[in-house]
Amino acid sequence: MNIKLMLMTTAIVAGTTGMAQAETLRWARAGDALTLDPHAQNEGPTSALAHQIMEPLLIRDMTGQIVPALATEWAPSPDDPNVWKFKLREGVTFHDGAEFDSEDVVFSFNRAMTPDSDYKELLASVKEVRADGKYGFEIVTDGPNPIMPSNLTNLFIMDKGWAEANNAVKVQDYEGGEDTHAARNANGTGPYVLVSREPDAKTVLKMNENYWGMGEFPMQVSEIIYTPIQNKATRVAALLSGQVDFIQDVPVQDLARVAGADGLQVITAPQNRVIFFGMNQGDDDLKSDDVDGANPFADVRVRQAVNMAINRDAIRTVVMRDQSIPAGVVMPPFVHGWTAELDAVPANDIDKAKSLMAEAGYGDGFSIRLDCPNDRYINDEAICQATVGMLAQIGVNVQLDAKPKAQHFPLINTLETDFYMLGWGVPTYDSEYIFNFLVHSKGEKYGSWNGTRFSNEELDASIQALASETDLEKRDNMIAEIWKVVQEEVLYIPIHHQVLNWGMSDKVGTVVDPGDAAKFKYFTMK
Amino acid sequence: MRQAIARAWASDFMWSFRHSPVAIVSFIVAMVLIMAAILAPFIAPHTPFDPGSLNLMNGFSSPMQPNQFTGEVFWLGTDDQGRDVFSTILYGMRISLFVGFAAVTFAMILGVTLGLIAGYAGGWVGTLIMRVADVQLTFPGILVAMLIFGIAKGFTPIHLRDQMAIWVLIFAIGLSEWVQFARVVRGATLVEKGKEYVQAARLCGRSGTAIMVRHILPNVLGPVLVIATISLALSIIAEATLSFLGVGAPPTKPSLGTLIRIGQGYLFSGEWWILLFPAATLLTLALAVNLLGDWLRDVLNPRLR
Repeated sequence: MNIKLMLMTTAIVAGTTGMAQAETLRWARAGDALTLDPHAQNEGPTSALAHQIMEPLLIRDMTGQIVPALATEWAPSPDDPNVWKFKLREGVTFHDGAEFDSEDVVFSFNRAMTPDSDYKELLASVKEVRADGKYGFEIVTDGPNPIMPSNLTNLFIMDKGWAEANNAVKVQDYEGGEDTHAARNANGTGPYVLVSREPDAKTVLKMNENYWGMGEFPMQVSEIIYTPIQNKATRVAALLSGQVDFIQDVPVQDLARVAGADGLQVITAPQNRVIFFGMNQGDDDLKSDDVDGANPFADVRVRQAVNMAINRDAIRTVVMRDQSIPAGVVMPPFVHGWTAELDAVPANDIDKAKSLMAEAGYGDGFSIRLDCPNDRYINDEAICQATVGMLAQIGVNVQLDAKPKAQHFPLINTLETDFYMLGWGVPTYDSEYIFNFLVHSKGEKYGSWNGTRFSNEELDASIQALASETDLEKRDNMIAEIWKVVQEEVLYIPIHHQVLNWGMSDKVGTVVDPGDAAKFKYFTMK
Repeated sequence: MRQAIARAWASDFMWSFRHSPVAIVSFIVAMVLIMAAILAPFIAPHTPFDPGSLNLMNGFSSPMQPNQFTGEVFWLGTDDQGRDVFSTILYGMRISLFVGFAAVTFAMILGVTLGLIAGYAGGWVGTLIMRVADVQLTFPGILVAMLIFGIAKGFTPIHLRDQMAIWVLIFAIGLSEWVQFARVVRGATLVEKGKEYVQAARLCGRSGTAIMVRHILPNVLGPVLVIATISLALSIIAEATLSFLGVGAPPTKPSLGTLIRIGQGYLFSGEWWILLFPAATLLTLALAVNLLGDWLRDVLNPRLR
């Protein structure tokens, strides 16, 4: 090697080590956060972005362990089993310099319990929240709630003063199409400060120099440029050509290509998320079908037939290229209450499905619209298309309406769809979370993502009782009973558990978060 | 009859056609493609628009290679849903051509009518029509089509959307292309209006409508024919573009543009046939129609003779 080249190489190496202090991470995934209002939408990419800017009292680290964030210690009160006591971190400031104290926590919790909030289900058992001095905070529940801390890992704390000054005390009514200051701006205590944001185009964050965790976490990413890229091929091309450093959703067909490319790596882990279909089984008549005066989905035999008609193995092999785990229950295996029996994949039996349809009086089939997102889950639209073909085999003529998630999700919340795709991750790792959002009748405090119109008072009472059941064995039995009803009623049609494939440049160091929320303060950069 | 054919064969028009290899080749190619589309149900080995007939396990079969699960062989391979690419191209071309012809017919009727009125009536009516045309011309056609498509989609009842999608496409593309017709027809009408035969007809007491339809219209049809051919190619491409962007034909009834959109997602993973064959078909179709249109323009243009 000649001397000139050697000198150049040394210079480059020296240059890169020197730059380690200021590393930009260009981050892409299929869809953008729906809003910056931390309580308006309980949705994966929305809270994933919020986690960089804002913080809850406690978070799950990249391996799923609960660790302190804005609270340093927490425990049930020794005097009253219905009270959880939190000790808050002192000396923390918001990005605008305002001091963080218990007032902000009380404000944020009360905000998250209002009807427009999408986190109210997590706090449904909360009777009252109160400050205990400047750095103490207490949650009073209806009865003892042993799993309260795991409900709080996505419950972000806002600055009370900032919210009041910017007319953001009320939670943004996302389904109603409201736009607020808090939906486009953010003032948190988190590791990164929002520099600029164009929804669906580009969001820039820079390191918060005053972050309380500066010495505690790697904090090697100094700037984050987040660009949603919906098109699969474009997203992969951006990673291959070095325009982005990290994509959270490598298309399954391109895994080998990315893993084999120089300077790139793919890391894989099962995700805490199940994909399924919901059906309107409560209404007397459906708007989006061709049956007059009756609701085919109201008949459990039709739901069983649909469940049997879906060939989950074919979806896994062809659509997902083995990057999924077929499911028999709408609960990821990470979750407390999961059993292999519940998750046993329903047999694909077209003949039996046809005879069930005939028994239910729909031997000639019917026609229905299926609403599907096309930028949220891995190959969501392709799964829906495959479903159209499979249901056609039992006479169900499906019109597929695939659209971006920002238009899809409100259809579920406002009960405007009769047949829809949804994916559900469980940040609390407990069945109660699924029941509160997806099984309990839709109402003021519960069931905001239950688009099935299913309602069973007995079951509702049982779900509500879970929060304060301290006898863990009894609680487990209750959970099993509720799952039994969900399965017998075929409340949902589970498809599969997702597998995460994160693709990134070699210089990025991280593990895969089972919740698919990259928390960049844990990332290392070479 | 034989005489008529002989006379037609000897006409200027046919003489020029016989002596233009480009015209002959593009005519044959266009005809083969159009016939293939019309006869698709008889030629195509599969029925890709019937979702119940698809087997997902056939997905991503390579051309001429037996599928690793089912052993079935597909000439041009299959797409991500197990649809035979060859059959889907034939059926997809039906959508492309039908939308193309219908949109051009719609644009032609609208454009010619408005152009005749604008040219013959003149005055504030003519000004109004032509200013609307000018404003629309400042927007790219595809943008206008997308706008109209979006609005129309909002109006169609949800359960009819799939059936209506094709008609909405025709409406949207047709509305985005009427301007060309209107401008040319208005120009030609302005010229014809001053000619003696029109004045003679007027002196005979014929009504304005009759003069427009019976006297002026036949004399402005030449350029209209040329524009119609070129518009046909443009409409086919516009339909493909809209479908490529995911706002055109429904995903379960893919047109050529939809197939190209699907195939484009599998370029990096080596499944090239999903993209290549539909794209080549679209290119050939559009090119053949366009070359025919060019030749027609040359023949009918007195200045180039």
